Parts: sequence; C-alpha cells; structure tokens
Amino acid sequence: MDLVAIWSGLIGLAIILYVILDGFGLGIGLLFRSTQNEEERDILMDSIAPVWDANQTWLVFGGGGVFVAFPMIYGVVFSALYIPLLTFVFGLIFRGVAFEFRAHATRKGPWNKAFFFGSLVAVIAQGLTLGGVLSGTKVAEDRFAGGPFDWLNPFSVTVALALIAGYILLASTYLIIKTTGTVQERAYARAFRAAWIVLAFQILVTIWTPFHYPSTLSNWFSPPRIYFIWIFPLIGLLAFYEVIISLKKRREILPFVFSVVFFFAGYLGLIASIYPYVVPPSITFQQAAAQQETLSFTLWGVIIVLPLVLGYTVYSYMVFRGKVGTERYY
Amino acid sequence: MDVLLLSRIQFAVTTMFHILFPVLTIGLAFYLVMVEFLWLVTKQEIYYRMYRFWVKIFAINFGMGVVSGVVLEFEFGTNFANFSQAVSNVFSPFLAFEILTAFFLEAGFLGLMLFGWERVHRSIHFLATCLVSLGAIISAFWILAANSWMQTPAGYKLVNGKFMVTDFSAAIFSPSLLARMCHMTMASFETSVLVVAGISAYYLLKGNHPAFFRRSLGIALIMAVLFVPLQVYLGDVSGRQVFHHQPTKLAAMEAHWETNTTGGAPFAVIAFPDIEAEKNLFAIDIPNGLSLLVTHSFHGKVPGLKEFPRKDRPDVPILFWSFRLMVAIGFVLLFVMIWAAILWWRGRLYENHPFLRTLWVVHPLGFLATEFGWITNEVGRQPWLVYNLMRTSEGVSPIPAGNVIWSLSLFLIIFAVIGASYFYYVLKTLRIGPDLSSPLPPIQRTAGMRPLKVKERGTR
Repeated sequence: MDLVAIWSGLIGLAIILYVILDGFGLGIGLLFRSTQNEEERDILMDSIAPVWDANQTWLVFGGGGVFVAFPMIYGVVFSALYIPLLTFVFGLIFRGVAFEFRAHATRKGPWNKAFFFGSLVAVIAQGLTLGGVLSGTKVAEDRFAGGPFDWLNPFSVTVALALIAGYILLASTYLIIKTTGTVQERAYARAFRAAWIVLAFQILVTIWTPFHYPSTLSNWFSPPRIYFIWIFPLIGLLAFYEVIISLKKRREILPFVFSVVFFFAGYLGLIASIYPYVVPPSITFQQAAAQQETLSFTLWGVIIVLPLVLGYTVYSYMVFRGKVGTERYY
Repeated sequence: MDVLLLSRIQFAVTTMFHILFPVLTIGLAFYLVMVEFLWLVTKQEIYYRMYRFWVKIFAINFGMGVVSGVVLEFEFGTNFANFSQAVSNVFSPFLAFEILTAFFLEAGFLGLMLFGWERVHRSIHFLATCLVSLGAIISAFWILAANSWMQTPAGYKLVNGKFMVTDFSAAIFSPSLLARMCHMTMASFETSVLVVAGISAYYLLKGNHPAFFRRSLGIALIMAVLFVPLQVYLGDVSGRQVFHHQPTKLAAMEAHWETNTTGGAPFAVIAFPDIEAEKNLFAIDIPNGLSLLVTHSFHGKVPGLKEFPRKDRPDVPILFWSFRLMVAIGFVLLFVMIWAAILWWRGRLYENHPFLRTLWVVHPLGFLATEFGWITNEVGRQPWLVYNLMRTSEGVSPIPAGNVIWSLSLFLIIFAVIGASYFYYVLKTLRIGPDLSSPLPPIQRTAGMRPLKVKERGTR
C-alpha cells in the first residue's frame, strides 16, 4: 500500500474526528451566553466535562500527524498561518482553564466570559485557518514566502462565520441527547435555526470556492471526478433534510447523527475538490511527504495503539452516557 | 530585536511556564496511586478522603498543563519551521508517539478519575488512576527522548541539510536519554511529595485536621526520604553524562577555562566568569574537586572552555549560576530529609514546629530546582538546536518579528492572568480543606454502567 495515501487518510480522519468531537464542545461554549441561568450553565458544562480533553487531543494528533507525514506542510502552513493558529491556541487556553476555574469560583461571571469568548475566538481562528489554507500559500524553495496577513480575506471570514453556525448545530443536537426539559426544548429550537443557517453557508461557500480557487471548477466538471463528486452535496442535502425531519419529530439521537453526516459530506466534498493539493495551489501530498522509514515506523505505532485509543474512548462515552444528571461533577 | 531572539524568548517563556504543571502532574498522580492503593488494601476511610482532597489540586494543575502544553506543539511549526522541516524525519515520531501513547491515555481516563466515582467499580477507578499516572510518565519519556536527541543526536544521517533516519531505536534511546529520564522523573516525584509535605505541615502548624494531615505528611515524607538522596545520585550520573557527551556544556557549567595538564581540575564553588577575558574574575575553588566529580579520580583531565571555538560556547554565567542553584537546592533538601529521618527515629516528627515550618518554607524549592535544571540543560545546548549539527539561528521560521512581538506580549499577559488565577484557586481549595463527611461512593459492578437508570426514567 502507498504510505502517503494511508497517512493522508489518517490525518483526514483525525481532522474530521476533531471537528466533530471538539465541534460540539466548542459549540457548547458558543451557547454559554444564551442563558442567564447559572444552573443551566452547569448542565452545559457537565455535558462535556468528562470528554472535552480527550476530544481536544484529536487536534494535537492531527497536528502531530502532519508533522510526521508532511513536514513541509507543517513548516509552511504553520509559518503562514502564525496569527490565526496562535489566536486559536489563545482561545483554547481560556476555554480549557474555564472548566476548573469556574467550578472553583464563587463569582462565576469572569469564567463564563472566558469560556464563551475562548470558544468563540478558537472557532473563528479555526475558520480563518481553514479559509487561509484554501486561499493558497506563497512558497519559495520549500519555505513560506508570503506576508503575515495573507490568510485574511472575505472568503476566510465567511468560512469562519459558517463554522460558528456549524458548531452551534452540533452542540445543540448534542444537548438534545444529553439534557431534558426546558434546556432540551431550547436546544431543539436552536438546532432548527442553526441547520438552516448552516445550509445557507454551505451553498454560499460551495458557489464561492471555484471563484476563489479556480481549479476546483475543472475538477468538478472533468472525469473522473464528474462521475462521483456530486454525491457529496447530494448526501449533504439528504442529511440536512433528515436533520430537519428528526428535529420536527422530536427524536433525540438522530438529529446529532445526521448533523455529523452533514459535516462529513461537506468535508469529503471539499477534499474531493482540491485533492491532490494540500496547500493549494502549490504543494501535493507526494511532494510534501516525509521519509518512507518515518512514515512506516510511525504507522506501526498508529496501527497498534489507535484501536486501543478508540476502544477506551468509546468505553468512556459509555460510562458517561445518558442525560446530565443531578450529580454535579465539580 | 530580531525574530530569532524573540522566538527563543517566546519558547523559553512558554516552556518554563508549562513545565511547572507536568512536574506536579507526574508526581501527584504517583502519590494518588499510592493513596488509592492504600485505601483499597486497608479499607481505611482516611485514604479515600486524602485522595479526594489532593485530586482537586491535581485536577486544576492538569488543566493548566494541557492548555500550556498545546502551545508548544504549535510553536515547533510557527516559530521554528526550518528546524521542524529539517529534523522531522527523526524528531516528529517522538511527538506522535507521545500523543498516541500518553495524551490519549491521560485524557481518556482523566474523566473517569475525576468524575467516575458514582459510575464505575473501585477497581476500575484505581485502574484509571494508574493509567493517568502511567500516561504522565510515558509523556515525559517521549519528550525527554526528543530533547535528548537534540542534545546527543544518534541514528541519523545528514542529506542536504536534512536529517534522515537510519536507526530509530538508536535515535529514541540516544546516549543521554536514560540518565535524563531518571533525573527528570525523580525531580517530578520529589517536587510533588514536597508540595504535599509542605502543605500538610502548614495545616499541622495551624492545628487543622491533624489526623488527616499527619497521614498525608507521613506518606509524603516516606517517599521524600527515599527520593531526595536518590536524586542527588541521579544528578551526579547526569553530570558525568554531560561531561562525556557535551564537554563544552560541562566546562561552561563549571566556568572551567583552562584544561588541567598537571594535577586535577578545581571545582569553583563561587565564581564570576568574564567571557571576554576568558577567565574567572573571582573564584572560591576546591582543589581537584571538578576532576573528582566528573571523572571520579583526583587528577582526571577535564577539557576547559578555551579548547572550543568562541562561537560554539554557551553563555557561561547563566549556566554557572543556574547549575549551582539547582545543586544547592538539592543539598538543602537533603539536609531537611536527614533532619526528618532523625525526628522520625525519635518519634517526634509531627510535633517539632521548627521542622514543620522548615518544610513549609522549602516546599516550592523543587519547582525552582526543576527550572534551573532545564535552564542549564537548554542554555547549555546553545548555540545549537541539534548539538554540533544545526545552529539555533538556522532553525527559525521565515516570519516577520512583528508576529512574535504580538504573540509574546499576549503570552505574557495570558500567563500572568491564568497563573494568578491558578494560585488563587489552589489556595482557595486548600483553605476550604478536606471534605470529611460526604458519603463514600457506592460499589458498582465492574462492568461500570450507571446505577441510576430507574430514577432517571421517572424524572423524564
């Protein structure tokens, strides 16, 4: 098997797992200002308290994977996106410490703010990072050769806004699973609105991408991609439809499941549009790849350890499954 | 200031802030394993109470470690992109294995450890504590493997300025790894049991919860009395390792300018090194001391700094003093532990107020020693990123200095805010003290599912 292809797949998997798992975590943060009730905020916090750290680890794994498999991308992209990436980290710092500090605080206000703004900053920076990558990076002699604000443009800002809506959708549907009563009622209403906004952004970004990044257009309309690339928006639309229907039917688990499918469809569609360029439009996976020995050595580690990781992650979710109860975690 | 210096300062600030937390995480996790083990074996409630009290400090600390640690993973790429691109074939698997074998393990079982009391059997909970502790140690292993490779590179070949792997096990188990791994792990254990001992001593002085804190102090001191002398020995092993593999660094640590040709090299207890004049302006020497320390013979030859080109030497005064302060702390703690052993033998450990006060005063010294040790280690590696192979100046990212001024300023502000909050909440937790009355957790069946199903259905 082609090691580069396997690694591309692995990193792709880590990124989407991160986006889904920490997506609802960050989304909970975004919802933190939607209520004035401290009891309700406790419930929101407890719904992710046992799992947020493990979820965030997928980000580190994705980043580490890029470092292992595609060092050139790691160096180039991280230099190019210095400001959004470190802004992202600043956001994560405030979001992360808020869990413990809020629990210990008598006056919870400052940490409520830290949790909300930390999450918000992290999400926006994530969107700017993605938009920045899609906007292209100047490279000369395998090194970043652009300016510090190359990532900032209307397209990347739009992607950031889309991500806010997307994470609110994930968080609301996750809350439907984890809560009852008025909190759940409100989550239904919010998920419904968020779903429509996400759809609107999806359509906008999809139409915009070819203008922003012309080679996608030829990718869409030339073989072999023309034969399958339309599947992804189709799955996306179907998933959206199911999200709306399951919300209307007051189902508890399906809205989250279909929101995840909705995300997957958009993500796969995006990859299918730009492949094989990772840092469009200049570096391909093959060009950026590490030494074969490094790829295979680390891959063996992944093959042995990752199933265990997935195993105990599922176990942890099983232990903490069910509604957020009256037992407070902090 | 240029982007190189700024990036170095930023990396120094972020690592020096970060390392404070893993040190306590590694050591406190081990202490918690011991305490929970004692609870399960002896069934004495006090051990459960101790666990629940100290785990609160552990949890706050762990969170700080996570958020400050993510920063570092990013900085390799954002600030040292050229380094990352040059060494990744050898270096990046260390980080990947750390994530796979340590981060996931810690994060996966931390939830169970903190919140799982009502939901899993005690034995599963104990397993979770053990795995979090193991994860912390594995994490230290990989980070030290990565750092040791930078200090004493092995298992590579250089092709057009890029490091290619030739032998992974040689790269992982580079010559300095074992000594440094033992030294750092012991530093974590020592620092943490001193924190527990110091805080417990404070409570005993105040007369609050004496039974609880006597037990906490007793267990911490049993560990400390073992760890502190062992650490002095491991420090000696580390020192000789530096002598063999990084003689320039050792000469700078000791402000040792001239190679001894006849007789032994002296050990400078105090010195004011002058880099320009290449000598010490003032020094108190112990004759033959340095030869004895690093070669274990009176007249062993120790190469002086003048043997190495000026441009390959690290900063002598910083190294000289940071190393000495670390060693001094090690010996202060050794004397305190000897005192502790004598008091224990006389059966007066918990009543001797001067001793308890001393414990309280010295309890943060482990953190300081760790910082001084890392300063010695990292400043001593300069001017190299990969020792003798790649200069620090060759590793920096092609970014404007303004980027780093922006991020460094924010790091300083953010670290000040969350650092102060950390102290505030830790002190608050300590002020509230242990909870001695809440009910013990119910014993669940080992499958570990939640017990409250019926009640839940009823309230829906």
